[in-house]
Amino acid sequence: MDHYLRQRPVEGPFALTFSEKNAQRIYDLNEAAEWAGLTQGLSFADARALCPDLASDLADPVSDLRFLNMLARWAERYCPIVSTDGANGLLLDITGTAHLFGGEDDLVSDLLARLDRAGLSARLGMADTIGAAWAVARFACDAHKSYGRRQTGIIVDPGDSVSALANLPVMALRIDPQTSNSLRRLGLSTIHDLQQVPPATLARRFGSTLLTQMDLALGQAMEPVTPRRTEPRFAARITLPEPIGLADDVLGIAGKLMQQVCDRLEAAHKGARRLRLTAQRVDSDNQTTEIGLARPMRDPKRMTRLFAHAVEKMDAGFGIERMWLEAIETEPLNLTQQSHIDRKNRESEALADLLSRVGNRVGFENVQRYLPAESHIPEKSFVIAAAAYSEPAGDWPVSKRRPLMIFPPEPITGRDRMPPQHFRWRNMRFSIAHSEGPERIQPEWWLDDPDWRSGLRDYWRVQTHQGRRLWLFHTPKVSHLHVTTWFVQGEFA
Amino acid sequence: MHFPDQIPKLKNRRVHEVCGPAAVPYALMMASRAAGTIMFIDAAHSAERLHPAGAGCFVDISRLLVARGKSQADILWIAEEALRSRCVPVVIARLPESVDLTAGRRLQLAAEAGRSLGLFLIRDGEGSNTAETRWHCTQVNTAPDRPLDSTLFQWTCIKNKTGTTGTWTVHWNAETHHINCLAPTGGGSLSQTAAG
Repeated sequence: MDHYLRQRPVEGPFALTFSEKNAQRIYDLNEAAEWAGLTQGLSFADARALCPDLASDLADPVSDLRFLNMLARWAERYCPIVSTDGANGLLLDITGTAHLFGGEDDLVSDLLARLDRAGLSARLGMADTIGAAWAVARFACDAHKSYGRRQTGIIVDPGDSVSALANLPVMALRIDPQTSNSLRRLGLSTIHDLQQVPPATLARRFGSTLLTQMDLALGQAMEPVTPRRTEPRFAARITLPEPIGLADDVLGIAGKLMQQVCDRLEAAHKGARRLRLTAQRVDSDNQTTEIGLARPMRDPKRMTRLFAHAVEKMDAGFGIERMWLEAIETEPLNLTQQSHIDRKNRESEALADLLSRVGNRVGFENVQRYLPAESHIPEKSFVIAAAAYSEPAGDWPVSKRRPLMIFPPEPITGRDRMPPQHFRWRNMRFSIAHSEGPERIQPEWWLDDPDWRSGLRDYWRVQTHQGRRLWLFHTPKVSHLHVTTWFVQGEFA
Repeated sequence: MHFPDQIPKLKNRRVHEVCGPAAVPYALMMASRAAGTIMFIDAAHSAERLHPAGAGCFVDISRLLVARGKSQADILWIAEEALRSRCVPVVIARLPESVDLTAGRRLQLAAEAGRSLGLFLIRDGEGSNTAETRWHCTQVNTAPDRPLDSTLFQWTCIKNKTGTTGTWTVHWNAETHHINCLAPTGGGSLSQTAAG
């Protein structure tokens, strides 16, 4: 929510919605909307009835998760072990790092003050175990101390977990809603109540999960914080003293960033395959362009040149004041001797550059290469692969009995077993001078191909009096009257 | 590969135009005379494709790159980039529309800068004045007693900026990749006068 509001501040009640089972439901809401009596999960139609002036937008969970990961990266300034927890939580293991910030209380106030400045509301719990911290952060509302406008925190002293959790609802044990509902129905609404029941009874009724969660929360079992997997990131950013607007300037800055990114890539023996350049304008609108590369590389000059076309199309508005460059896809690329004498190497590099340029304009899937495939069906004996993601394959079966050009079958008139002596094709009249055939091709019965539903085909190579040499086929199995059984599928040289 | 002397050779570093039903085989034959990558540019919506088994008789398929442009502008842009790149010695482009003088001149300059050969497959009756040569190619009916494998073509040079024009009937041998010119007066008798 805050992630959204940071970019687009809203006055009055506001909700983010998501669609679930054909219904719009509320994903998250701001404080004003909460005051109006709305809750998460409420259907949007009901929410509009309760609060007619509710503003809304679609939720973007993917970008929220990205933001949470960014926040986790930021939180590494407090301790090395940070992990994300669910869709909106962070876990920090501050064991042994609190004194660096002047104690636990100072650390908490520093952390929350920074979040406040960033415009994020937060609830913080600190305790001996993950379970206890999770519980007090979310459920111990009364005991929270205020640290900012919308930041509250609670620090449970070592050894106090049991008493701090005693009055919290059973939901605070990180159990599924079904179990907590059953527990409530049995009159066990708080953790204190739960502790009074013999564990064997609970285990029999609710399984061992509940007991495990209790042990974890109360410190009778250990639970480590699993640190996030930190993928190395190859990114660089720059904040400009003055906004810029000329394409050349933007490209120049991009070149500088590219140099930094490439240095990092080189250190990690990697090459970029896809790069994203983001330019933030003065009005905090982001302009993003991406380029792909036909092969992994880390040559700043050549890569910057690929951005030229995209940068020209960027709308600089009142000026660009901040730029990021990130290699979003990387592949291993070993250090190699850069040779400017080796002609072959230079040519293949030039070809890769050409593929990148063309691929970025018309799409990488539109620059293709033929690769052989195992099939006797003429139109399936090859596959067409994106040239940037494949290597040329030699060793082609060559046959004079196959046409030069192939196209989807085009019907001509004719019903006999022998090729029609005269026919019209593409509005031209043809008469057959000489024909060779039939070559019978059976469909691949193990694959259901709609084009081959008409059964086997008898292919004929035909020389017309008019000159053109065509590839005709006949489907003998089709026996409907008034249905043509002759088609042209290809043309010979 | 043998190439008959009487037929004008395609100048390298120039853009040539080919039309007629046998334009594609002509372009592939010319492409096979050069070494290196061949870029074949076609419209994205075109349903006709080169069949590798058949096209393999003319060129090595592993040398072939196929680019597909969504519009005439895209196709011309790819052609210019490829001609200029110095790593694609032959660029074959099938053009859905005619080329104006500016675009034609631009491509000519690109071919010169990239030292490459451009072969543009155009529709009959079109063509730009900037082309170095323009060819009209058709298949010719082989005499009935000959097998289908003997492929006869008729190549007509409609326009040539620096040489002669004319009409030649040629025979292409799939095994040896030799192109032999038939006697102009032969009129279908298949004596291979220029064999060897």
